[in-house]
Amino acid sequence: MIIAVYLSMYAGLLLFVGGCIWRIREYARLPFHLRWELYPVPHEEPSRAKHGGSYFESGDWWLSSQTMHSRGDWMAMFREIFLLRGLWEFNRSLWLPSFLFHFGLYLAIAALGCGLLAGSAGAAFAGGALAPLAILLGAVCRWTGMAGAGLVLLGAALLLEERLANPALRNYTKIGDIFNLIFFLAAFILLGTGFFVQTAPVDAVFRGALRFDRSLHVAPVAGMGVVLASALAAYIPFTHMSHFIAKYFTWHSVRWDDRRNARDGALESEVAASLRKRPTWAAAHIGADGQRSWAEIAAINPAEEVRK
Amino acid sequence: MSQPISLQDLSETDRQPLVHLENEDLMPLPDPLGSPAEDHAWTPLSAQCVERFECALDDTCAVNVPRPKTPEQEKELVARFLSGLDKLFDKENNWTFLQPLLLTMEHCTGCQTCAKSCHIFEASGFNELYRPTYRSEVLRRLYFRYVKHGGLLSAWQHGSIHLNWPLVARLIELSYRCNLCRRCAQSCPIGCDNGLVAHELRKLFSQEMGIAPREIHEQGSMLQLKAGSSTGMTTEIVKDNVAFIDEDISERTGIEVRTPWDVKGADVLLIHNAGEIMAWPENPGAFALILTLAGVNWTMSSELAGYDSINYGLWYDDAQMARMALKHVEAARKLGVKQIVVGECGHAHKALCVTADRLLTGDLNIPRTSWLPLVRDIVFSGKIKFDPSRNDFPVTLHDPCNMVRLMGVVEPQREIVRALCPQFREMEPHGVENYCCGGGSGFAIMSGNNFPDWRFHVAGRKKMEQVLQAFADCIGPETPKYLCAPCSNCKGQLRDMLAYYDLWEKNRILYGGLVELIVNAMTEVKPGFIEWEWR
Ligand code: SF4
Ligand code: SF4
Ligand code: SF4
Repeated sequence: MIIAVYLSMYAGLLLFVGGCIWRIREYARLPFHLRWELYPVPHEEPSRAKHGGSYFESGDWWLSSQTMHSRGDWMAMFREIFLLRGLWEFNRSLWLPSFLFHFGLYLAIAALGCGLLAGSAGAAFAGGALAPLAILLGAVCRWTGMAGAGLVLLGAALLLEERLANPALRNYTKIGDIFNLIFFLAAFILLGTGFFVQTAPVDAVFRGALRFDRSLHVAPVAGMGVVLASALAAYIPFTHMSHFIAKYFTWHSVRWDDRRNARDGALESEVAASLRKRPTWAAAHIGADGQRSWAEIAAINPAEEVRK
Repeated sequence: MSQPISLQDLSETDRQPLVHLENEDLMPLPDPLGSPAEDHAWTPLSAQCVERFECALDDTCAVNVPRPKTPEQEKELVARFLSGLDKLFDKENNWTFLQPLLLTMEHCTGCQTCAKSCHIFEASGFNELYRPTYRSEVLRRLYFRYVKHGGLLSAWQHGSIHLNWPLVARLIELSYRCNLCRRCAQSCPIGCDNGLVAHELRKLFSQEMGIAPREIHEQGSMLQLKAGSSTGMTTEIVKDNVAFIDEDISERTGIEVRTPWDVKGADVLLIHNAGEIMAWPENPGAFALILTLAGVNWTMSSELAGYDSINYGLWYDDAQMARMALKHVEAARKLGVKQIVVGECGHAHKALCVTADRLLTGDLNIPRTSWLPLVRDIVFSGKIKFDPSRNDFPVTLHDPCNMVRLMGVVEPQREIVRALCPQFREMEPHGVENYCCGGGSGFAIMSGNNFPDWRFHVAGRKKMEQVLQAFADCIGPETPKYLCAPCSNCKGQLRDMLAYYDLWEKNRILYGGLVELIVNAMTEVKPGFIEWEWR
């Protein structure tokens, strides 16, 4: 059992990290696109950001360079990530289930971090100076993990109920969505139950995993919990649940991307590169033949061509 | 009540409309429009239209796609759709919007937060067909199936859909049931953009299949590229009209005004929506007066399209959008002006100042900006004297989405109306959370078949509610009221709606731009610039 637990932990972590890197690369390598920001943009000058204004509200803005007040972005991100401000403002009834679920996940991640730290401290300095720290971290890990599991379970159950009971979601709920929530429920039920049975504590499992300690005993229910949670972690980056990655791009590269294309500035060369792309759109008025670049196509006047 | 329609219904082959709306189904309006029974009946589509065109979505038909005659033709159209679908997700073909589109396709959670923000969905009585995610979900399933080549596992994760010509034909129409106002995108907790989905679908249909409503393609962007303006006005005609406007304004205000043309090296090249010159000449006239009195070194351009700021490509076709933006900046480059200032036209603001920002390089990269900060600075500069008591009537302000939510020009217009209009009142919500007037994305100029019925009953309904609420304390005909809409497109939509509901005749609600209010309050000008006459 314990070998399976360790292997699943390694594989889960590896696939999770690998999957996230793959997805980040996919989005980061997409071409530079046209400006499509949405106001309010929080890194605007604070007196403007509060009503959603932009630098276009001032005259002669091009005479000075653009300043970004990144504090506004950080504050907005904090409110969105930890308080789910969007749902609070626009969909209050979904806020509580979603908040419980996400906050539970943050606690579970914190527990994972503490467990890893406790495990490494314990593994490296068993019986040494860091032993009390390892014990403390281990306790934090166990209790945070427990609280996290509880919140995830409650949140996931409420979200599942919403999916099944709300007719507005009917057209938009796929079998996969139900499966995902059940996956979370199953993994966290097992992990949570593992807490109450006679088994090695979580931090000990981390320590064991770091040393590949085969003598450790984990109860089947707790072991199954770890295996399932690892599988879940490996699965997430390959589904729409990786929206924590997508959100970075939807916010920073789309909604808040108001970077000006200043004359002779850095963006101009990116614009020039995009204009060299060669489209193949087939409608006659576009005039694309796979040879002409975007810049050449933009210079065509199809109305004149028709007149000739 | 939400109609029990499913995504699969879009592929129904019986060619029957999927939904039918009655006045009673719609979001209720406040008085004097509170009675559905007294509301206008919808004009049914003509038998000829139903016979010739694909009209199987709802009660109207915006695009007039001819019905294919044979199953082979249908097959070919589906194949062209699929080839366009591939290009929509291809870096060479769609670098312009690929990143936001992909993020929207791959990460929607289906939470429906966006639905609560859409005025069209709400106004329709929450009809499922108009839910912002309905069309997006169709495209999403097509994307996973045909672009990502998903099999059974993908269908299980992302859902499935049956692709056939009826689905494509309905999707064409459905892409023209969204104002592209992006209010839904503002509320999405993931950052998905259902407005963008409608935009991208329109692009696919136009750029690959050559399908777009006549009003925005042949009579819109193509006519502008040919004649210089979608109004059909050539340089000679526009100059004649402006000379006439100058004369009229000079007479009405008692101040001599002459619009300068093609002034080399001017500080400001002003580009109006040429619709103003045709339909609301007092608007360019008021601009000319303000700039003249303030001593601005400005000009208009007589270059092809240099005198018409509209850019319909923004709504449906990236190539047409880029072409028009180029024409505008080329006019400025030829004159060697310091900046282009866009007049009262929301989508022209967005197209030229924001979207085209990543299309222009070198000497074409000329500063492009809104008229609002310039005129706000003039108003507060002390160069012109104002008497706000001349504007002592109820005024409310419509926020054109393209200037506000999509460009961040929110306060300058408010600073002006607060200073010059003692009875100014806001609509709720306003600013970046405003509702579209219902004319956005081309609807204001689309009047084929019975489309105006849909545009007034559904798309513009929320705005009508806001207007009536803003004037609730003075709704009677004894008080003339001014609905200020600093955008030609919005003004066109509001004019048509006020007329449709007789709100000028019965309740004395007049619409107009913002510069008219400014000139009306100038002490130097003969009183009564705003004439309180319907036009
Ligand atoms: S677009 Fe956004 S708000 Fe709408 S259903 Fe998808 S995730 Fe939710
Ligand atoms: S863009 Fe506007 S009209 Fe279109 S779906 Fe979103 S909210 Fe509705
Ligand atoms: S018509 Fe006016 S309100 Fe509507 S989308 Fe355009 S700018 Fe916005």
